Amino acid sequence: MDEISADVLIVGGGMAAGWAAVAAAKTGASVVVADKGFMGTSGVTATAGPNHWWVPPDAGRREAAVRKRLETAFGLADPTWMARIIDITWRSIPELEPWYPFSGDGQGGVYRSGLRGPEYLRALRHYATSLGVRILDHHPVLELLARPDGSIGGAAGHDRLTDRPWRARAGAVILATGGCAFRSGLLGSYSNTGDGYLMGVEAGAELSGMEFCIAYSISPAWLSTRTLPYTGARFFDAAGRQLDTPGWDRPREYLCSLAAAFRSGPVYADLHEAPRELPGVIREIQPATVAAFERRGLDMFRDRFEVKLFGEGTIRGTGGLRIADACCATCVPGLFAAGDAATREHIAGATSGGGAQNAAWALSSGVLSGQAASAAAARRSHSDRQSRLLSMGGAGLHPTGAVRPVDRKAVVQTAQAEILDPDKALWRSEAKLSMSAKRLEDAWEDVCGSLRGEGLDAVAARETAAMAATARWCNAAALARKESRGMHIREDYPGQDTDWSRRLITGGLETVHTQREEAPVSELAL
Amino acid sequence: MIEILATRCTACNTCVSACPDHVFDVGSPGELPLIARPDQCQTCFLCELYCPQDAIYVAVGDPDAIPRSALDSDPVGRIRHDYGWDGGTDDPLRYFWKLGPLLRQGVEISSARYALLQAGKENGLREDGAPADVQAP
Repeated sequence: MDEISADVLIVGGGMAAGWAAVAAAKTGASVVVADKGFMGTSGVTATAGPNHWWVPPDAGRREAAVRKRLETAFGLADPTWMARIIDITWRSIPELEPWYPFSGDGQGGVYRSGLRGPEYLRALRHYATSLGVRILDHHPVLELLARPDGSIGGAAGHDRLTDRPWRARAGAVILATGGCAFRSGLLGSYSNTGDGYLMGVEAGAELSGMEFCIAYSISPAWLSTRTLPYTGARFFDAAGRQLDTPGWDRPREYLCSLAAAFRSGPVYADLHEAPRELPGVIREIQPATVAAFERRGLDMFRDRFEVKLFGEGTIRGTGGLRIADACCATCVPGLFAAGDAATREHIAGATSGGGAQNAAWALSSGVLSGQAASAAAARRSHSDRQSRLLSMGGAGLHPTGAVRPVDRKAVVQTAQAEILDPDKALWRSEAKLSMSAKRLEDAWEDVCGSLRGEGLDAVAARETAAMAATARWCNAAALARKESRGMHIREDYPGQDTDWSRRLITGGLETVHTQREEAPVSELAL
Repeated sequence: MIEILATRCTACNTCVSACPDHVFDVGSPGELPLIARPDQCQTCFLCELYCPQDAIYVAVGDPDAIPRSALDSDPVGRIRHDYGWDGGTDDPLRYFWKLGPLLRQGVEISSARYALLQAGKENGLREDGAPADVQAP
């Protein structure tokens, strides 16, 4: 068994993990990043081109930006957090100058607010390496390790390329494992299976905002791509009739209209009315999007093509591990959460943190958790750092009953069907959610009671368990929030209820529990 | 469907580590990497981007993927070239700032179209369902 030791262990290798590594290393901490895949291509940012919430340090402009975003957060965001992440983002991106090929902004300046995924993640990797961060690629974490007092002191995993188990001892651990799209096919999300939610809850952490997991992106039916080309698209049914699809300025109506159209058959997109300049520059902006068509022998701007909605789950949703302080700590000592592994309600509330806010959050929560984890590690005594460590992992590793074969594909299909099916997600109701709860409970019992993966197979078994667990929490939260707010729309409770101007905490393994946060967001002291 | 081009591959195994989803395994010494878990491929093209020899081609849309030979132009190496990672472009991100404005333009186009369609509904429709002032493609 390979034993590793560090002040700060970061689980994950995307944007939040990268910024957390940099921030922790800058404080002088020894830092190890353990990523399931390759730090540089892992996660949803690597295939994207995130624009960041980007407001210059002008008090008036920043206040206005926060105020504007608060209007669409439905009472669950926090202006103090918003102001902080705008500031951290503004100060951090220029640090990438030595490693990222910044280019012009079209007005004689440098364009810094948006970065292209592969180059961004490559730059973060180089930046972290230059600060002495040790990167362990293809080292999925299987479970957290706790000290006898319950604080987190490490993690155990499996090295996929050498097929060997490994263990790390750390002063503090950051979960930056991304969100969960339930293997919908969403670009870049194959490894985003909710691992951090499961590991966090097993260690005693809570989740928040899991009901806000309703987001979809449209793409060619055969491959999820970035959505730049489709914002101006017209849609047609199989008979060639143009659909009366609302514009992208009305995201819910747009989605509902398409979801309804898919019920009666295939839907086709036509990009003849795309912005005139787009065909000339898209290849340079998003090469992979062009390849998705060219390699099918199609001209994306001339040929009509079939489309599909790809579920984005908690990736473009806002739920995740609950943050208990101003520095991205969970309620478990020594355990921090960043990026999509954490709730983004602080900055996005009940609507999607997609695009600029989410990227600024991934960056800033990375920075905050990196600094705080380093400080937490420094506070640990020598004997704490040497203490015995206990395995916290359950489902998929240590079944509660006799080991027997579990139909993993069926488990994942259940999670997809109950959480991502637009008919269930866009029009929620007690009846539908209760039916889903039953099916998800059965799937979870199967996983929890019988599933066990060993060696490399433990990685896949844990992914299955994490998706089943995440689906169960999302559904339980949706059932508990008896009102409509932001992206969470209940047919049986169509109005917004002031009693529910609070975040909803979810957790539990054997049984799922939900609980309204005690104070409304406006009264929460940071 | 992933293809490793034996004539170009130097068995450097960069793809084995660069793939985010553990599709490849290292082959026998000096041999090509193995496409060990093709079902885990999410068609992100990042192995192609990282391959210094342009020795990988990822076809799109199993199970009815089109063979490379049937395409109009040779797609091998295209991803790395388009990203500007082959050194062929001085300033590969020169247009990247247009991403935001182009997204917004698209949103405006679809929003304006919907407003027109709604107005058209009130004023009577053409046969194909589009309002009289929207041109057919």
